[in-house]
Amino acid sequence: MVEKKKSGYWLTHAGLIIGVLFIFFPVWLTFVASTVNQEEIINPPLPLWPGTEIFENYYHALFKGGREGYGSNEPVINMLINSSIMALGITIGKIAISLLSAFAIVYFRFPFRKTCFWLIFMTLMLPVEVRIVPTYEVVANLNLLNSYTGLIFPLIASATATFLFRQFFMTIPDEMVEAARMDGCSPMRFFKDILIPISKTNIAALFVILFIYGWNQYLWPLLMTTDPDMKTIVIALDAMIPAGDDFAHWPTVMATAMLAMLPPIAVVIGMQKFFVKGLLESDK
Amino acid sequence: MSEIKLENLKKSFGKTEVIHDLSIDVKDGELIVIVGPSGCGKSTLLRMVAGLEDANQGNILIDGKKVNELEPMERNIAMVFQNYALYPHMTVFDNMAYGLKIAKIPKEEINSRVQKAADILELGQLLERKPNQLSGGQRQRVAMGRAIVRNPVAFLFDEPLSNLDAKLRVQMRLEIKKLQTQLKTTSLYVTHDQVEAMTLADRMIVMNQGNVEHIGTPLEVYTKPKTLFTAQFIGSPAMNILSGDCQKGQISLSNGTTLKTNSNHSGKVNVGLRPEDFIMDDNGLIKLKVELVELIGANTLIHGKLENSNEVLVASIAGVISEDKVGKNINLAFKDDKLHLFNANTDLRIN
Repeated sequence: MVEKKKSGYWLTHAGLIIGVLFIFFPVWLTFVASTVNQEEIINPPLPLWPGTEIFENYYHALFKGGREGYGSNEPVINMLINSSIMALGITIGKIAISLLSAFAIVYFRFPFRKTCFWLIFMTLMLPVEVRIVPTYEVVANLNLLNSYTGLIFPLIASATATFLFRQFFMTIPDEMVEAARMDGCSPMRFFKDILIPISKTNIAALFVILFIYGWNQYLWPLLMTTDPDMKTIVIALDAMIPAGDDFAHWPTVMATAMLAMLPPIAVVIGMQKFFVKGLLESDK
Repeated sequence: MSEIKLENLKKSFGKTEVIHDLSIDVKDGELIVIVGPSGCGKSTLLRMVAGLEDANQGNILIDGKKVNELEPMERNIAMVFQNYALYPHMTVFDNMAYGLKIAKIPKEEINSRVQKAADILELGQLLERKPNQLSGGQRQRVAMGRAIVRNPVAFLFDEPLSNLDAKLRVQMRLEIKKLQTQLKTTSLYVTHDQVEAMTLADRMIVMNQGNVEHIGTPLEVYTKPKTLFTAQFIGSPAMNILSGDCQKGQISLSNGTTLKTNSNHSGKVNVGLRPEDFIMDDNGLIKLKVELVELIGANTLIHGKLENSNEVLVASIAGVISEDKVGKNINLAFKDDKLHLFNANTDLRIN
């Protein structure tokens, strides 16, 4: 239904604007809090407009890891790097593995093909949280605690992505495979030259979703990183929130929070074009 | 340039046998059209020649060499698919060049071959476009270009025109015919459209339920169909079939009318008469009670029942016939040599 009347037009826009403000306001407050000094933030009322301490706060957060007298931390820049490596590793690993397994399931006739598919599908019921103790045991025995490998590998298998690619591959007409066979394409060549380019938009969409999933990982990094050098930004943020009677230097904490948000935003904006395209259309 | 020979081919999917003991010889440079209703096994046959399906039994020979075990690529055959099966992410040029790239043919030669094919098919302006920027006819031409550049020993066409609109289909049909005559490449062409079959074929194969009903030139198939199925399948509107009894050169129809024949067969027969072979003649032997008159322009279709019988008959008469004939009786005549006789038990042609 398309509303043609003027009042409808304004009403819908008013609704949208209110919605945006609701979501944006907390982010704005975080930003404001990251630009003022400690006194301004402790004394009510909360400031609503940016202060002058912006460079000071972000500099300390990024390179010093907090202010003197407020419980120190690793510099945020290190943790941003850790988080990026983990999120990218998880994303790329997940996409690569699920592309390959979907390829195998859809295009090859091998014994227990259906069984394999259902086994993969069943892992949907086993997220990290459920299998965290045995997974920890395995990773510890392999001496992978406090390493990027240990951070990334247990999270790499993805039933959802495999399922998504399987469904997509099944919509590709059989003639395309046959034409490729007539052209003398080997299976891996077909995968590389035809399947991956056609799945480009799907890959981009998944990249965004999986990157954010990887970036936001909390429980697993919390459990398996004891070395402060290996901490991810999400863990660091949590550690900055004071417990009991401790004081926190809130502007630095808020600056860290802002910094933690930037990479996912960058990925979303960078991939937006493909992302929307991937969800809406498939070009066959 | 090559001959394709199929010997005693059999194919089944699970327990259903779809091709029963089929043998065909395709001569060098010939365009053979395989025609039949859906599900008759014609596409399966083509896919076996291409190497996309394995034959359960029998031999496929190309130039005398058995190719049953060879991969599609090694048979050096090119196929054009009904839905074109172009690679959507590649330009027209890359689509045509892809097979050559895989075969590791030098760049300059790829360029010259693609350019040549593009010239033949008038695709020169479109080489940098993607398939989704092309019209249906252009995509079909690219699919054909992809087949041509490889200099294959044979072309296989799997209903290549079915996705095009009627006007374009006629145009592309002519182009395929021209192209094939020009390149003289042995071709197998599968279709369910009898007009395509009649116009394109050097020889045509009529298939039904996995069996070959008739192999012959279009004219032979039309004028002397070997079986009742072929007789009814080829020709539009379909041939009229009347049941009759043949004794000593005389056929008596169900309403008592007797027709003469030079056949010595005795027993039950099916009499085939093509609608377009009738002429209006007051002395005609066939008496028809008219039920419906359809004017299609160049001629008129008269639907009716044989007088004193329930057997329906269609006649196609040149010119315009007034609709006030409906409900009345008319007499139809035909030339004796236009009468087709089929054994009622075996459905095979008698005369």
